[in-house]
Amino acid sequence: MNRSRKNRRQSQHRWQDRLRLVLSPGIFLRRHTQVAFDSLGRLYQNWLPTLMTAAVIAIALAMPSGLYLLLGNLERLSGSWDGQASMSVFLKQGIKTDKAQALVSQVSDWPEVASVQLITPEQALEEFGQQSGFADVLGVLEENPLPFVLIVLPASEHLDPAAASALRDRFSQLPETELAQLDLQWVQRLRAILDIAHRVILIISGLLALAVMLVIGNTIRLEIQNRREEILVTKLIGATNGFVRRPFLYSGIWYGALGALIAWLVVEAGFWLLSEPVSRLAGLYHSDFSLETLPFQLLAILIAGGTLLGLLGSWLAVGRHLDAVEPT
Amino acid sequence: MIRFTNVSKRYPGGYEALSNISFHMEKGAMAFLTGHSGAGKSTLLKLVALIERTTRGQLFVDGQNVTAISRRRIPFIRRKIGFIFQEHHLLFDRTVFDNVALPLIIAGYRHQDIGRRVRAALDKLGLLSKERLYPITLSGGEQQRVGIARAVVNKPMLLLADEPTGNLDPELSREIMALFSLFNDVGVSVLIASHDIPLIEQLDYPVMSLDQGRLVTTAAGAA
Repeated sequence: MNRSRKNRRQSQHRWQDRLRLVLSPGIFLRRHTQVAFDSLGRLYQNWLPTLMTAAVIAIALAMPSGLYLLLGNLERLSGSWDGQASMSVFLKQGIKTDKAQALVSQVSDWPEVASVQLITPEQALEEFGQQSGFADVLGVLEENPLPFVLIVLPASEHLDPAAASALRDRFSQLPETELAQLDLQWVQRLRAILDIAHRVILIISGLLALAVMLVIGNTIRLEIQNRREEILVTKLIGATNGFVRRPFLYSGIWYGALGALIAWLVVEAGFWLLSEPVSRLAGLYHSDFSLETLPFQLLAILIAGGTLLGLLGSWLAVGRHLDAVEPT
Repeated sequence: MIRFTNVSKRYPGGYEALSNISFHMEKGAMAFLTGHSGAGKSTLLKLVALIERTTRGQLFVDGQNVTAISRRRIPFIRRKIGFIFQEHHLLFDRTVFDNVALPLIIAGYRHQDIGRRVRAALDKLGLLSKERLYPITLSGGEQQRVGIARAVVNKPMLLLADEPTGNLDPELSREIMALFSLFNDVGVSVLIASHDIPLIEQLDYPVMSLDQGRLVTTAAGAA
């Protein structure tokens, strides 16, 4: 009887404790901001080791971000070619102009075809002469060796690799066709390679994320060892596990965020170094292509990701090592 | 305030530090715990502060049965207790002020309140001028007083002291004991473990003697 009343009173106390904490977000927030800035101050006091740890994290984070960004740029480049993924259909030698024009009007009606342009042997010869600089040499030819060519632009819903090659096969089966060729087959191959690169970067990112977690976890483990006495004392005077855990979790968060911030600077610096030679190369190809640096969303993802990895890493270390520190 | 009912403590390995201890210390009382080193004084205090757990028997602190209390609840019991250690366990990378403020920070006090209460505690112990110093620069007696200030700053109901005068000269020891009497006068329950018999005999408080883990004598008042 007496016992049950006591228990009831205890559980009531417990309940009131909880309620008080929930009802006063002030206490909760005050504690967290206090601890967050305390850990930041502690990191600042030992700024050199902090910076070194953050630099390791930064390198591990900058690597996948930089690669990803580079890949994005390559994709942008190949994408700009993709829009004009046309097909060249070379007709057989000896086909006359009227036959070729009849063919043009025939295939224009195909639903897969957006537009067809006919290049006569004369036009082709002239263009070749202009571009190659062999005009004089070509002049000595008695007969034009070039065939009629149809430049076919597939309709937009037939641009994907499978549909485009089906269309090419349809052209190959025409009796007038000598050869049908997808001009930008290599772009498709490049894209396939880029898809592989995507995967590779994903794997690298996963491994480096793990590395970041381990680095932070290890740093926090050392910090727990260094502050063993402090943990003991605070536990002795009534600190909850949450209270003891908090500064270490915040350290992890700061490490992650700081690492991400430095990683961003590293990526920016790297791209700045690359931008000049890249634009020179682009100039040689008569392109105004220029490298795109980290867009805002990616920067946000990078920083959020770094912070999260920091939290996870410190959580691992704290979970494993903090419980072992108990006063005796 | 503290009630032991047939409490035993056996350490892993079979060593029985306390055997079948029963006593009751009333709220607001002050008592000494004596005995040779190894008699179980520290173990008894550690049981009260839940640093060690009982093997057998029942233990009540402030009317609450803490015998089988969960680890999550332990911190909240410890906040009712001010513990003073022989080696005072101060943090040497923090100022006197920050050391004393620690229990208040743990309990989540407001910034202004912390300043006010810490200075009040330091003032009571005559350490107000030292608040910005680091403990390493203080004398042994001053360090012990900082430890006491930390123990009393959040106005605990119970003070436990384990050999608080162990490293101090007789003059300082008397001062420290006088401080404890002062806290007891304002209603704080105080339990002090000490083997300094001559000092204890000068003071008029009940004495419990431990010998090889058994409570051998219980002087008046602590029955």
